[in-house]
Amino acid sequence: MPSFSLSALYMNIHLKLVYVFLYVPIIVLMVLSFNKAGLPTVWSGFSLEWYGKLFENDAILNAAGNTLIVAIISTVLASILGTLLALGVQKAKTNSALDALLFAPMIIPDIVLAIALLSFFTLLEFTLGLHSIILSHVVFNIAFVCAVVRTRLKNFDYSVVEASEDLGASSFTTFRRITLPIIFPGVLAGSLLAFTLSIDEFIIAFFTAGAGASSTTLPMQIYSMIRFGVTPEINAMATIVMMVSFTLVFLSQRINKGITG
Amino acid sequence: MSNIVISLSNLNKSFGKTQAIDNVSLDFKENEFFAMLGPSGCGKTTLLRTIAGFETPDDGAVVLQGENITALRANRRPINLMFQSYALFPHMTVAKNIAYGLEMEDLSKPEIDERVADILKLTQLQKLAQRRPDQLSGGQRQRVALARALVKKPKVLLLDEPLGALDKKLRGQMQLELKRMQVEAGITFVIVTHDQEEALVMADRIALMKDGKVAQLGSPHELYERPNSRFVADFIGTMNFFDGYISGKKITLHNGLQLTGCNQDLAEGVDKGSMAVRPERISLHSQQPDNVDNCLQGTIVDMAYHGQDMNVHLEMDKKSARILVKISPGEAEAQGLKLGEKVWCAWSAQNARLLAS
Repeated sequence: MPSFSLSALYMNIHLKLVYVFLYVPIIVLMVLSFNKAGLPTVWSGFSLEWYGKLFENDAILNAAGNTLIVAIISTVLASILGTLLALGVQKAKTNSALDALLFAPMIIPDIVLAIALLSFFTLLEFTLGLHSIILSHVVFNIAFVCAVVRTRLKNFDYSVVEASEDLGASSFTTFRRITLPIIFPGVLAGSLLAFTLSIDEFIIAFFTAGAGASSTTLPMQIYSMIRFGVTPEINAMATIVMMVSFTLVFLSQRINKGITG
Repeated sequence: MSNIVISLSNLNKSFGKTQAIDNVSLDFKENEFFAMLGPSGCGKTTLLRTIAGFETPDDGAVVLQGENITALRANRRPINLMFQSYALFPHMTVAKNIAYGLEMEDLSKPEIDERVADILKLTQLQKLAQRRPDQLSGGQRQRVALARALVKKPKVLLLDEPLGALDKKLRGQMQLELKRMQVEAGITFVIVTHDQEEALVMADRIALMKDGKVAQLGSPHELYERPNSRFVADFIGTMNFFDGYISGKKITLHNGLQLTGCNQDLAEGVDKGSMAVRPERISLHSQQPDNVDNCLQGTIVDMAYHGQDMNVHLEMDKKSARILVKISPGEAEAQGLKLGEKVWCAWSAQNARLLAS
């Protein structure tokens, strides 16, 4: 056997170990969510009991409701604003410094953004609650939507916009009938990503939420429950959240790839 | 026929320090095929986009049948542009692409369908009506772009390098096709091209542009036979230049040889210049010919066979530019031309133009 295939073998083993390292804890969590016993770490038979309990827990249902409200509204707002931003930036042909600033909300640590937003809201004497979480999520989601839409715009032939105007269409009609349909896969992929990020975002929501259950989101609820110990209920919860996120990210990638490829 | 559709007067446009259009005035006549020809960066595309309404001139006016439309936006002008990239809508079928412009006019559905069907027939695209642009070949896309613009029945159709993306053979076919469609549609076509052959074949009139100005305006025949400057003579077709000092209709070359041209339209006081002669207007002789206006002796340094003609390169002396003569291969054979041989070139004064340098 030639020597390179030996190194290829090592690479292969290494790759598999990385996957094990990444995914085994998650698989353990998923398996334990079906554990009959109340102890989170000892297996005592299969059961869907904890999933049932989850849907009887008013605090969790309330938090899940809040999370959906935050995720849906912030996704819609961020999708609109992020798409417009991407179109504007594309047209203006900005310099690289401005480009870097656009990506900043994606890169700076959540904790920094969280503190910054909280200070900002306090400075403005803005009331905290679900609305302040929504605004905060819009801030970083705009950056993500904009980034995804811009990858689509790279292949966008601007002359179709001029062609549409030349054929008698107004700017609005051109946007509605030409630009938006062409970049729509990018917008959809961007908004799915935004939705996913919003659903399991904890730090920023934690900082910018108001007091009480009315602005508690799901990750915050899980965090408060976990302080009293990990129960299979939390495992079940985490499993559901993860499946939703995973599905959305997968869809988002498929959609964006479908047209580019 | 001589009614003016669009009149451009004293148009100026600059981008930063570059003067893209420099005081251009042009009239486009009804039902004519007009070509704006020039090297890249000469301002021809900017001029086209100004007529379409995508560029606003710094000053000057665009007048359409007596109405000043300079400030009118592109979507309000009864003028359509066929884009160089064709700019077909990728998410629509051929039929929808063509119907789009009619929908913008708020026409009834039956009328739109009828006009789309008519234009599909004219452009022979019926079978492709339900295809999307990415399922078409380059030539088919070009026809869709043309159909989409023509279906609007514009007063003037602007075409930006319409054949630029096609291969050479297809280009030749499409030149004739475009000409046919212009005649059938009965509207003015204004085409932008850098290909002088394309302009010569299709256009009724050509404006040859240089540095944002019109260098010469005229019929293909005029531009080919009576270029008004060395730039025009050099750009259109191939040309031999003999540099020297001009006085009256005569030019004296550096070796003292005197040649006679035909034109007297040179500006007063021009002395340095050149004589321009087309390679196919020069004849070759083994003996010094009698009764010719111009003749000189040269050595054959190169012979290139091009199928329909033979390009013979001659050298008069080491200091002068080579002379190119085009003759038929049959004639070359009959004369027994050989490399290194000395022969006489002759041409008449009426085929020779004197140009200021």
